[in-house]
Amino acid sequence: MSAASETQAAPTPARARDRRALARQAHAWLALLLLGSCIASLAIGASGASLWSALWHMASGEPLSQLERVVLFDIRLPRTLLGLLVGAALAVSGTVLQGLFRNPLADPGIVGVSAGAGLGAIGAIVLGASLPAAIREVAGMYLVPIAAFAGSWLSVMLLYGVATHRGRTSVATMLLAGLALTALTGALAGILVYAADDQQLRDLTFWQMGSLAGATWSKILTAGPLILLALLGAAFLGRALNGLAMGEATAMHLGIHVQRAKNLAVLAVAAATGAAVAVSGGIGFVGIVVPHLLRLATGPDHGPLLINAALLGGALLIWADVAARVIIAPAELPIGIVTAVLGAPVFLWILLRRRGVLDL
Amino acid sequence: MFAMRSRASGALLTALSAALLAVMGAMTPAQGDNAGQPGVLSIGGSVTEIVYALGEGDRLVARDTTSTFPVEARALPDVGYMRALSPEGVLSVSPGLILSEDGAGPPETMEVLNASGVEIVTIPSVETGPGIADKIRRVGDALDVADKADALAANVEAEIAAARSRAEDLAGDAPKRVLFVLSMQGGRVMASGTGTAAASIIELAGGVNAVTEFEGYKPMTDEAVSRAEPDVILMMDRGGDHAIANEVLFGMPAFQPTPAAETGAIVRMDGLFLLGFGPRTAKAVTDLSQHLYGS
Repeated sequence: MSAASETQAAPTPARARDRRALARQAHAWLALLLLGSCIASLAIGASGASLWSALWHMASGEPLSQLERVVLFDIRLPRTLLGLLVGAALAVSGTVLQGLFRNPLADPGIVGVSAGAGLGAIGAIVLGASLPAAIREVAGMYLVPIAAFAGSWLSVMLLYGVATHRGRTSVATMLLAGLALTALTGALAGILVYAADDQQLRDLTFWQMGSLAGATWSKILTAGPLILLALLGAAFLGRALNGLAMGEATAMHLGIHVQRAKNLAVLAVAAATGAAVAVSGGIGFVGIVVPHLLRLATGPDHGPLLINAALLGGALLIWADVAARVIIAPAELPIGIVTAVLGAPVFLWILLRRRGVLDL
Repeated sequence: MFAMRSRASGALLTALSAALLAVMGAMTPAQGDNAGQPGVLSIGGSVTEIVYALGEGDRLVARDTTSTFPVEARALPDVGYMRALSPEGVLSVSPGLILSEDGAGPPETMEVLNASGVEIVTIPSVETGPGIADKIRRVGDALDVADKADALAANVEAEIAAARSRAEDLAGDAPKRVLFVLSMQGGRVMASGTGTAAASIIELAGGVNAVTEFEGYKPMTDEAVSRAEPDVILMMDRGGDHAIANEVLFGMPAFQPTPAAETGAIVRMDGLFLLGFGPRTAKAVTDLSQHLYGS
């Protein structure tokens, strides 16, 4: 951290401009990358349906074949949008939590999101069949996503309630209570796993490894607004998180409403990751890797960082999904495997190259 | 500092372009085969087996991961595990008809496949002897070979009835208690209770399921295993080094006090053959009863 603290202690105007310029440049590059990713995701897939010939058909007014219509509009387009939303949600949540906890290892798991969502999903998979018919009728195939979202939201709110005392939230309490809550939900999930039959266990394993294969328009229409709202909220956290990096007291003296920032951060993270996990299952690593890569490349200023994280997170997850669906086509890999296999070595390599500079 | 950072972003770009290249390379062989008449995608091991038994195997264009018999089936493209299918993967093999065992999913995938206009016929899964004939007839109807299916179904029904009565004769009035062990992961015995395919096949082969206290497959404590007093241990043959050696198994505290350990009675059979409830079930019943009682 020596180099970083040097720059912080004596920020020469030239250097500050450099970094800001680089971060702003990154906006454009990453937006371009994201756009390219979206096009690639629409064009690449296991079936022979071609985006270009479909576009040509549309431009010349010819009707699309049923295969083209289904593959492009009911499969690839919702998958691409869902990948974009989920990737952005996970990356921004990771950035916000790492800033809030001043801990480079923080990810949505630390505030109980993963454990709560997992418990909800297991509950729906195992107990779903014994619910009253009326509830099953209404929830239909969205029972698991609904339960996963409810589980993650409830656990974050519980944790937040525990950590907030006399209107002040203790970040340390939240961290420790998160460990306890994760252990507790893990035990409850264990009881359900014990009661589960073979098929339910198999369903559960696949859910935990995550997938965008179940992308439907109704999932995007329900999860999308929630994630966008949360991302919008998170975008206002830049200054507060920069202040918090120097400690809560300093942040307060800088005129930052620390408690308000905490409220907003926790709400945004709970909504974004809760919705993301609910529609895509457990996708690890994006929330850790993206913010770190960006901080290494463009510096720790949270203002541009949050925007860059959303762009890079979306692009990364879209690419992971493209890989997931073509590597063993016509079958498909769970995307959680792909993000870890692609992400972990790159991350490790960058860490090793910068061993001397970093002191995590 | 600045140089370091641009190097890190360079690394990021390199990694992304490497991923891009890998993906581009992987997508080339995945083109769907649109030539000829639309074929059949078979999902579920026993459904695939029935298609081949009906002599219609050459109409298949793809299969799922659970379809491993006969050997010809393994040469077909694999669309993945039947409960985690990807809609585009399924469409990429251009099926005209999807023959699917009950429980294929996830539901979102099935919804998209329905919307794509592909005909989907769902075959209820059975775990009892009499259900097999019905399953064969349904597959036959879907493939427009009802005559062949009727003949095969009648044949299979007669064979199972014959195998069953032979097995009962062999067992006489001293049926053996059989414990089906699904897995021994980490030394923990996962055994079959009532209402499973394993319980059905044990009854058909003239044995008695040693466990009646619970339904489905559950982990059992060492004491519960010895209290079940199995005369024979039945396991799936996993081949290779996955199988636990007989001496090791019977040396475990759970199995040491059982009658099976005294005689060293352990039977291993192929999982799909034993539990698939397809055209080969009569043979499986005969094999199992011969293993239990000698021929």
